[in-house]
Amino acid sequence: MCGLASIFFVILIFLFLLKEGLAVFKTVTPASFIFGKSWYPISEPPQLGILPLILGSLFVTLGAALISVPIGVACAIYIAEVAPLRAKEILKAGIELLAAIPSVVLGFIGMVTLVPWIKTIFNLPTGLTALSGSIMLAFMAMPTIVSIAEDALYSVPKSYKEGALALGATHWQTIYRVLLPAASSGILAAIMLGIGRVIGETMAVMMITGNAAVIPDSLLQPVRTLTATIAAEMGEAVVGSEHFYALFAIGIVLFIISFAINVTADLFLHRKK
Amino acid sequence: MRNSARVQTIAFFFLFLATLFIVVPVGLVIVIIIQKGLPAITGQFLFDIPRLGMRAGGIFPALVGTVYLVCGAILFALPIVLLAAIYLSEYAGDNFLTRIIKLAIVNLAGVPSVVYGLFGLALFVVFFKFGASILSGSLTLGIMILPILITTSREALESVPYSFREVSFSLGASKWQTIRHIVLPNAIPGILTGTILGLGRAAGETAPILFTVAAFYLPQLPKSIFDQAMALPYHLYVISTQVPNVDEKIRYGTALVLLVLVLFMNLVAIIIRYQFRKKKKW
Repeated sequence: MCGLASIFFVILIFLFLLKEGLAVFKTVTPASFIFGKSWYPISEPPQLGILPLILGSLFVTLGAALISVPIGVACAIYIAEVAPLRAKEILKAGIELLAAIPSVVLGFIGMVTLVPWIKTIFNLPTGLTALSGSIMLAFMAMPTIVSIAEDALYSVPKSYKEGALALGATHWQTIYRVLLPAASSGILAAIMLGIGRVIGETMAVMMITGNAAVIPDSLLQPVRTLTATIAAEMGEAVVGSEHFYALFAIGIVLFIISFAINVTADLFLHRKK
Repeated sequence: MRNSARVQTIAFFFLFLATLFIVVPVGLVIVIIIQKGLPAITGQFLFDIPRLGMRAGGIFPALVGTVYLVCGAILFALPIVLLAAIYLSEYAGDNFLTRIIKLAIVNLAGVPSVVYGLFGLALFVVFFKFGASILSGSLTLGIMILPILITTSREALESVPYSFREVSFSLGASKWQTIRHIVLPNAIPGILTGTILGLGRAAGETAPILFTVAAFYLPQLPKSIFDQAMALPYHLYVISTQVPNVDEKIRYGTALVLLVLVLFMNLVAIIIRYQFRKKKKW
């Protein structure tokens, strides 16, 4: 029966999010909640439109993906194929180490190092921008991307590689033309799970993106993400208020996004077999 | 031919560069925190309560709070994990239900940590009326680490060779006796590794405890599981963003203690795994 516990918890989480979150739709329609352009939850009457927050998450996530995907996949190829055996073990341990660093510590380090750099390099009034968040989050996505992509490369049958090498291809040609296409669905899953991690990340984002709930038009502006909004405002929201319900509704949105990403990634991983 | 060899050299150089790009900043982060945090670590820092609005003094209540939370989470999660893992590896057939359970685990692993916080708030704090307490926080963290623990434990159980079980069956042992005396003992190092990794994760997470347990400032130690408590990751968040003019040394010191705590657990897990692999007889 305990095997069912995991299903039970997934359903329980969703039910309780629904229970608290759906109440907000008594006051706003779902469309105006998702596409509403202003988020002023404590004004009177409250304006509960989460478009700025969705765009904030999107900006930060896209930025992080642009940085982490090429570097992460390249690193996975290096570890799986190029690195000598000893270096491989050390690198893998290093990547595991990165995955283990708590996000609040990374956020803190981002705050004291990255944020001032961004401020001086781009000559901005504040370094707390979407770009800082993207860079920091890229580092949180990379361990996921590297380890899953490396697994995918590793599980390509050895005969593929031997065949390509026997036909006179160089090692790089083999990697590029044979291994990468063969491992593509696994790598895609790795990228998706990495992105899933970025969207769900809370603390580091809250500490370094500046938390301004306005629609951003460049990466060099402060933004506020869905996750940071929940974390920052739940402490002040009165239990049972519209604001409280709205934050739970944001939780539903996040839950659905992560659900979609995980199911799709799982499909990719299983297609491989 | 010459050309393709050159292309390969260039390509490998870029792959190497990308790897450096990940490894070097990680090394730097750790070195910076150690270098700037180490001078702050004294007996007084570790065992004193925060003073002067957290601008001086130590981190003892936060440290204790984190230890309580992590222990509570494991106490709650471990029984469920063991039963679920045994079911999945020994009893479950390859059918639709198993597929759904596995998908649910994957999903639990991917749910953003702040959503766990919301869930804990709705279920434990509001619905069960536990209030913001160590109990609510531990339960929330326990559910959060379920997927990691189930996955690693299941792998550990499945990696016990099938022949072990066959021998046991042939000696007349029942299925449960086989699991209890043959499979479990051989899987314990693997399960232990997973548990410690889960502990590390629980110790470092902030978002799930924000609304379920964490106290901004609470100098005395918690007396029961229904008390609020400070926690190390939340304390770091508070002193680096909410309280102005905190001495940099205290911030780095707190970050270092948290980092060491989490990395130490990971290190222990890695060592157990390594020793186990070396000793493995199959």
